[in-house]
Amino acid sequence: MTLMHETEVIIIGGGATGAGVLRDLSLRGIRAVLLEKGDITSGTTGRNHGLLHSGARYAVKDIESARECISENRILKKIAGHCIEETGGLFITLPEDDRQYHEQLLSRCLETGIDAVEIPVSEALKKEPGLNPEIVSAIKVPDGIIDPFRLTSANILDAKEHGAKVFTYMEVCGIFSSSGKTTGVKALSGDGSVHEFHGNIIVNAAGIWGQRICLMAGSELKMLPSKGSMLIVDYRINNTVINRCRKPSDADIMVPGDTVSILGTTSMEIPYDEIDSPFPENIEIDMLLREGERMVPNLSKTRALRAYSGVRPLLAPEDSSDGRNITRGITLIDHKSRDGIDGLVTIAGGKLMTYRLMAEMTSDLVSEKLGKKTSCRTHSLPLPGSEKVTGNIRKFYRDISNSVVGSTMYRHGKRIFNILKNDRKNFRLICECEMVTEGEIEYALNNLDVTTLIDLRRRTRIGMGPCQGELCSYRAAALFNEYGKASPHESTAMLKDFLEERWKGIKPVLWGDSLRESELTYWIYTSLFGLDELPLNDTEREEK
Amino acid sequence: MDKLKNISFDHCIKCTICTMYCPVSKETPLFPGPKQAGPDSERLRIKSPGLVDSSLKYCTNCKRCEISCPSDVRIAEIIQDAKWRYLKKKFFRPRDFFMSRTDLAGRFGTLLAPLSNFFLKLDLMRFFLDIFLKIPGKRTLPKYNRTTFSKYFTKYMAERQKNFTRELLYFHGCYVNYNDLRLGTDTVDVLNEMDYGVKIADEKCCGVPLIANGYIEKATKNALHNINALSLNDCTSRIVSTSSSCTFALTHEYESFLKVDNSSILNRTSYITRFLYEEFSEGNIPQMGNIGLRAAYHSPCHLERQGGLIYTIGVLKMIPGLELIVLNSECCGISGTYGFKKEYYGISQKIGENLFRQIELAEPEVVITDCETCKMQIEMNTRYRVIHPVSIIKMAIERGREI
Repeated sequence: MTLMHETEVIIIGGGATGAGVLRDLSLRGIRAVLLEKGDITSGTTGRNHGLLHSGARYAVKDIESARECISENRILKKIAGHCIEETGGLFITLPEDDRQYHEQLLSRCLETGIDAVEIPVSEALKKEPGLNPEIVSAIKVPDGIIDPFRLTSANILDAKEHGAKVFTYMEVCGIFSSSGKTTGVKALSGDGSVHEFHGNIIVNAAGIWGQRICLMAGSELKMLPSKGSMLIVDYRINNTVINRCRKPSDADIMVPGDTVSILGTTSMEIPYDEIDSPFPENIEIDMLLREGERMVPNLSKTRALRAYSGVRPLLAPEDSSDGRNITRGITLIDHKSRDGIDGLVTIAGGKLMTYRLMAEMTSDLVSEKLGKKTSCRTHSLPLPGSEKVTGNIRKFYRDISNSVVGSTMYRHGKRIFNILKNDRKNFRLICECEMVTEGEIEYALNNLDVTTLIDLRRRTRIGMGPCQGELCSYRAAALFNEYGKASPHESTAMLKDFLEERWKGIKPVLWGDSLRESELTYWIYTSLFGLDELPLNDTEREEK
Repeated sequence: MDKLKNISFDHCIKCTICTMYCPVSKETPLFPGPKQAGPDSERLRIKSPGLVDSSLKYCTNCKRCEISCPSDVRIAEIIQDAKWRYLKKKFFRPRDFFMSRTDLAGRFGTLLAPLSNFFLKLDLMRFFLDIFLKIPGKRTLPKYNRTTFSKYFTKYMAERQKNFTRELLYFHGCYVNYNDLRLGTDTVDVLNEMDYGVKIADEKCCGVPLIANGYIEKATKNALHNINALSLNDCTSRIVSTSSSCTFALTHEYESFLKVDNSSILNRTSYITRFLYEEFSEGNIPQMGNIGLRAAYHSPCHLERQGGLIYTIGVLKMIPGLELIVLNSECCGISGTYGFKKEYYGISQKIGENLFRQIELAEPEVVITDCETCKMQIEMNTRYRVIHPVSIIKMAIERGREI
C-alpha cells in the first residue's frame, strides 16, 4: 500500500541547505516536507571541517564568495550562537611560502570589509603555542568554528516546531509530472513502505545527489564531484583556526572542532558513481600529516582518531578539471525557464557558510512561484537553543558537574533546560569522552529525528571521542530499547552497524594509539560480548 | 591557550583499569575516578577551562592509577596539575597553609614541645581546631619531638661519622626531623653498623604536602633548594631517605611534575631499603640476632609507585626470626594531609577500613610500613604499633649484641 501525503513544497535533501529551506518556508507560513534518503547531515554537510569562514580564504581569488562569507558570518553569529564558537583565526606564512600572498590577502580583505590584521609573530605564538615557531608572519581574521550537525538539526527542529514535517530514510525514486509540471514524488522508506508526496513545488536541495533528482524530472544538471579528505586528532592541538597563507591548496587548514582538531583538506576529482562512499586514500593521509606538521609540529605525535572524505557539491562549468578552481557561488535554477519544467527548483553550489542565504534565495523564488507575498526572517530569528540565556546556568544545576552542564550547553544551547532535569537518571553518563548523559540521549531520541545509533552520534557526540564508541555504544544501544525505539535485536543490529561505521573511519589511521584502542574495542565486542555471534533478528535467533 | 605540560593522556585507551584500582572512587560517588578526572576531562579542559570539575579535589594523589595504567599515562599528575591550574583558590585557608608547610609547623611544634603535644591532646583545643580550622576532632595528631633530628645529629652523632670508610647523605625529611627522632637515630646507627658515615644536608620540606595543597611555586622553590643543598658539598655520594614519599618527590615529581632539573641527584638517590638491599646482596650485612617477631607488612602507595616494594620485602626477609605477613595492597586512606581535613576525613577512614580489617585478621605483634602517614593512620585505627623497616633492622642488630 502506498501512503499519500499532501503539502505545498517538497524539499529533497536533508543537508544544511534543505534544512535551511524547510525552516525558512515554515517561518513564512508555507507548508513543507523534507525528504532525506539517509539521515540528516549524512551527506556533504556532515563531512567538512566545520569552519565558520571569515571569507579571508576566498578574498584573493573569489571576492564574491568572500563577501557572502563575511556577511553570513555576522548573521550566523547572531542566530546560531550555540552552534558556533568564535575562536578567531590565523593566516600563517612559513618560510617556503610566497610572501606576496600575505600582502595580497591583507589588501583584498580590506577591500571586502573583512577585519584582517597583521599581528607580530610573537603574539601569534603566544596565542597558539603549538604553532611552528618558524613562521615569518601572521594575520588575524575573524574565523570561527561551526558545528554542521547541530546547525542543521536546529534548523529542522525549528521548522518542525513551525509545522513542517521531516522524513528521514526516505529515498525519492521518481518524480510525477503532468503536462510539463511536476506534481509530486514517489519515495521508498527505509522500513520498506512506499510513499507519495504531492505538492506544487519540488525543491532539489540534494547537493551532489541533485544530478540524479534532475534526471528523474528529465533535466540535465552536471555536477563535478571533487573529493576532500580530512583527518581528526584526539584533542584540540590548536584553539584558533590556523590557515596556511598561500594559494588554496592541500592540507592548508587546521580547525578546532568541539573537543578535537580537524586537519583539511585534499582535492581529488572522482567519478560520479563513487559519490556515495568516498574514502580517504593513503596518499591523502600522508600528505595531510606531512603538510599539517609544518603548521603544528606536534601533529604527528598526537593520536589520529579517524579520517573521512566528503564530496564537494560543485556544479561543473564547461571546462575545468580541478575542484578548487570552480566557483563556489550559489546557483539557483528555476527549471521552468531553464528546461520548461514547471514546479522544480534546484539550489546548488554554495557552501555550509552560505546555507542560510541559499535558503533565503530559494524560499523567495518558491513563494513567488506560489504567488505568496512573504519575507524572510531567518537572518534575525535565533535558532532553537541560540536564544540568550540570562543568569548563571550553574545555579540551576548544582548537583551536576561542570563538565556535563558545560558540554550539554555547548551542544544544545538554551535547550539544556529540556535535557538536564533534576532527576538523577537524567545525568547518568553514557559517553565518558564527550560527556553525553542519558537525559541528552532521551531528548535526542524523542525530538531530533533519530532512527539509528549512527544518527544519535550526529545529534549528540557519542562515539566521537578518543574511544570511538568503545565504552558508550553498547550503553546507548540499550537505551534505544529502554525508550521503546528499537527491539533488543534491532538494538544489537544497530550496535553492530555503529561499530562498523566507526571502524571505517579508524581504518585509514590505524597505527599507534588508535591501533591499540581498536584492538581493545575488538576484544570487548567480539571476545567478551560475542557480537559476531549474536542474532540480529528473530529468524536468526530461531535458527540458532 | 597554555602550552601543555603533560600530553600522556593522549595514550589513554579507556580501559578503565585505573578506576578499578582507585581507592577513592570505590568509596564515594563524589569522585568519578581517575580515568574521568584525568585523561577524559583533560581533553575537555583543553577545549575550555570552564569545563573543569570541582570533584578533582577528592583525588588523594595516591598514584595507584599510575601503577595500574598499561598505557603509561601519568594520571595522578594530570589531576594534580588540573586541580591547581583550574580550580583557583577562592580564599586563604590557614589550615592548608600550615599543613602544607610541615617544616614550619614542625619548628613550632618542637619549639613548644611538650607543651604543644599537651595542648593538641586537649578536648577543648581539638574542639577549637575542628570548628575553626576544620581539622577533625577525632583525628590523632602527630606528636612533636623536643628537639629536631638535625640538631640532635649535629650535637651527638656528627662527630663519630668520620670514623667510617664510606660516606652517604641522609635526607631525613620533616617527619624524622620533628616527629620521629628515633627513626633518624636508628637509621644512622644501622648505616654506621654497615661502615657508612652519615652526613645531612641543609634540607627543606621535599614539597609533597605543598603540591597536595596547591602551593606549586613554593614546592618548586623547595625543590631547587634541596637539589642544590644535596649537591653543594658533595656531588657524588649516595643519598638515602627513610620516607617513601620524599624519595618519590626527589626522584620523580621534581622532574616530571615541577619541571625542575634533578639530574644531579637522580641517579644517586634511593629509598633506604633499595640501598640496603643492594648492600646486603653484596655481603655488607650487619650482624643481626633472631628477632622472634610476627609482623604484618603494609606497602605504601608511593613506594609501590616507584617500584620499591620488592626491596623492602627483600630486606625484611633477610632479618632472622621475622615472621612476615605481606598484606594485600590497599591504600590506608590518609594520603598525607588529606586525612587531616574535615571534608575528607570520612572518605579517608572508609578507604582504610579494608586495610584495618586485614591487619586485625593477621593478628601480628607489630605492623611494619615505610611511610610516616600510613603509620599515623594505622596506629590510630588499629591496636598495633607501627614500625619502620629500618627500626626493625636496628632491633635485630641490638638483639644480636645481647647474645
